Amino acid sequence: MGQSQLIISHSPHIKGKDSIESIMYGVVIAMLPALLASAWFYGIGALKVVIFSVIFCVIFEYLIQKFLLNIESTVKDGSAIVTGILLGFNLPSSLPIWMVGVGALVAIGIAKLSFGGLGKNPFNPALVGRVFLLVSFPVEMTSWPRPLDTRTMLSIPDALTGATPLGLIKEGVAKGEPIAEIMKHAPSHLDALFGAIGGSVGEVSALALIVGGLYLLYKKIITWHIPISFLGTVALFSGVFWLIQPEKYVDPLYHLLTGGILLGAFFMATDMVTSPMSKLGMIFFGTGAGLITILIRLFGAYPEGVSFAILIMNALVPLINIAFKPKRFGEVKNG
Amino acid sequence: MSILKTFKLGGIHPKEGKLSANSPIKNFPLPKTVYIPVSQHIGAPATVLVAKGENVKTGQLIAKGEGFISANIHSSITGKIAKIDEIVDSSGYPKKVIVIDRADEEIWCDNISDSDPNTTKEFSPEEVKQKMREAGIVGLGGATFPSHVKMSVPEGKTAEYLIINGVECEPYLTSDHRLMLEKGDEILKGISIMMKTLNTKKALIGIENNKKDAIEHLQKLSKNYSGVEVVPLKVQYPQGGEKQLIDALIKREVPSGKLPIEVGCVVQNVGTAFAVYEALYKNKPLIERVVTVTGDSVKEPSNFLVRIGTPIESLIEAVGGLPETVAKVINGGPMMGKALSNLSAPVTKGTSGILLIDKKEASRKTSKNCIRCARCTMVCPMGLAPYLLENLANRKLFESSEKEGIMDCIECGSCSYTCPANRPLLDIIRVGKGEVNTLRRKRVQK
Ligand code: SF4
Ligand code: SF4
Repeated sequence: MGQSQLIISHSPHIKGKDSIESIMYGVVIAMLPALLASAWFYGIGALKVVIFSVIFCVIFEYLIQKFLLNIESTVKDGSAIVTGILLGFNLPSSLPIWMVGVGALVAIGIAKLSFGGLGKNPFNPALVGRVFLLVSFPVEMTSWPRPLDTRTMLSIPDALTGATPLGLIKEGVAKGEPIAEIMKHAPSHLDALFGAIGGSVGEVSALALIVGGLYLLYKKIITWHIPISFLGTVALFSGVFWLIQPEKYVDPLYHLLTGGILLGAFFMATDMVTSPMSKLGMIFFGTGAGLITILIRLFGAYPEGVSFAILIMNALVPLINIAFKPKRFGEVKNG
Repeated sequence: MSILKTFKLGGIHPKEGKLSANSPIKNFPLPKTVYIPVSQHIGAPATVLVAKGENVKTGQLIAKGEGFISANIHSSITGKIAKIDEIVDSSGYPKKVIVIDRADEEIWCDNISDSDPNTTKEFSPEEVKQKMREAGIVGLGGATFPSHVKMSVPEGKTAEYLIINGVECEPYLTSDHRLMLEKGDEILKGISIMMKTLNTKKALIGIENNKKDAIEHLQKLSKNYSGVEVVPLKVQYPQGGEKQLIDALIKREVPSGKLPIEVGCVVQNVGTAFAVYEALYKNKPLIERVVTVTGDSVKEPSNFLVRIGTPIESLIEAVGGLPETVAKVINGGPMMGKALSNLSAPVTKGTSGILLIDKKEASRKTSKNCIRCARCTMVCPMGLAPYLLENLANRKLFESSEKEGIMDCIECGSCSYTCPANRPLLDIIRVGKGEVNTLRRKRVQK
């Protein structure tokens, strides 16, 4: 190569390995255990919901960018796939496929692209899609099929309907039944750990979610700040109520293992685009999400509050970023 | 094994690539012609003292540093001044150079002794500063700040620590590493002289742990010198930054906009310590330095002792020429070095290495939307928010970027290196810094 063709650019002249693609596909890999667990407990239905959700998200992103916005499509960066899986994870495995399509259109079209695409959206697209479906199709979105219990070695109580453990508890408490009584009909802690419980596709197996979450931490795709503060707050807050009135409130471990908390804490609250930019801000964000989740679970109308909690905290991110700036080196007061 | 010290905020660990770590320093043959810029340092350019046709000896003063912040320039060979010309150097701009054609026989200036010197001689602080100034010594780590300036401690301040930078945190570069291995005693003598000059009881030599041999070597030698301690440091870029090094060694934070002396420190590079030794005991001005010539496809990555003014292309020829695969030539390291457009540019006092970068690494990837991953913030050693500084500079909100600390940026490049969206963060931040500087000047004028 001759001297005239030398490339001139400013430093730095080398670049780290991380790319948007490596991050997004890393997240996809981290979600596979939960997907497999779900397929084990719910069969082909779970797979179908997730796969169609991904296909819809990718196609919508491509079509909207290509024909509506006339910009180069970004489907290759993998973010639409992540949104697709996350949306599928937040739906019941029995949801009609056309509804999945509606959710994908809202997630990609409204929550992501109308704000300017990846990086510009204030709210987690998958959660926006889910909440839209929840308010539009409340019945379909809250009917949970029974796990295919024959496949599991674990005990599934006969009384188990398709309801989620949190739904059972909310219903029981509303009827004034003591927790010990309700728990006789609800899945055990162990069921919840492995995933033999009712719930949305991605949230059922606590174990698979923890494995995926650890992978994200190990790969440094996420940091501990959001998940730990989220889970810690949930444990602490629900623990206080449980200690005071164990007959009225279920124990904190059960809170952690059931519903969308693990899915939310590891995979949705950690969405980079919609979470804060400093470590302290992240801790504030996680704590807030944990607090709101438990408030909704214990006192709200819905049995579960993770989606709302994260969306509310998403809305606060611009303020959190102003309030919690990283500590500067050698900062001089009023300088 | 205790946990190695390092600085507290941010930092990255790029591929080390120290290919030339085991190749001993070789004397580079004297070039036929040298091109010596009159400005190789931060501060005012030196004033030319010679004219075309004049004969000069090796070590002769040929341009004088006027004003306090400037540095003398000496002839690095014996020969005849061919012309005073301009050449495009690593800054990309034409700079004034003194061109000297070499004579057959090398004659050193009379007062320079290159034989083994008498190292028992004592010097007064004034003498040391004077000699450092005369010898044209500047920071050899790349910053090229005139070294004598740092040796004058302002009134009301004391230098508790002399901190010696042997970190060499830039990937690929090994010139300081080899110097520490091969000139350990000389470096330590230079350090002792500087300690006496500063009236400092304690000197700390910070070396990253990927140079274990140098650490052991200097630890052994330093037993003979009182108050000198070698401190191994965790490998972490940019530990060679003055503020980061002070933080790593003694956990003191230099306040924003202030110099190390604010926290009782004077920082000098190992190369500078060696130059002080040469200037004081041998009367030898700074006319040569160690330069690493390296790169992934370089056949024989090497360390050369090179006369200032030697054309960079001759260094490249000496390691086997420019390989086909190379697309970029860097003066310095991969993180902070400057890309060269003109390979006939000369080696200057600040040239610590010449790095040849292959095509696949040389070009920038397309920049995408910021995905707000906060990685740039996490790696910034100054605790800044690079994504925000970039954004403010793009929107021309320079006043706000000043409030967000843009002038604290040490241009280490960790943010751009890390950004998964390939955003040219530092490029834009540099533009912003330039604008803030203009704003500040205007403010002063008012
Ligand atoms: S180049 Fe500046 S902004 Fe970027 S990481 Fe280094 S100090 Fe921080
Ligand atoms: S590293 Fe790049 S993508 Fe991440 S926040 Fe900084 S600028 Fe944005």
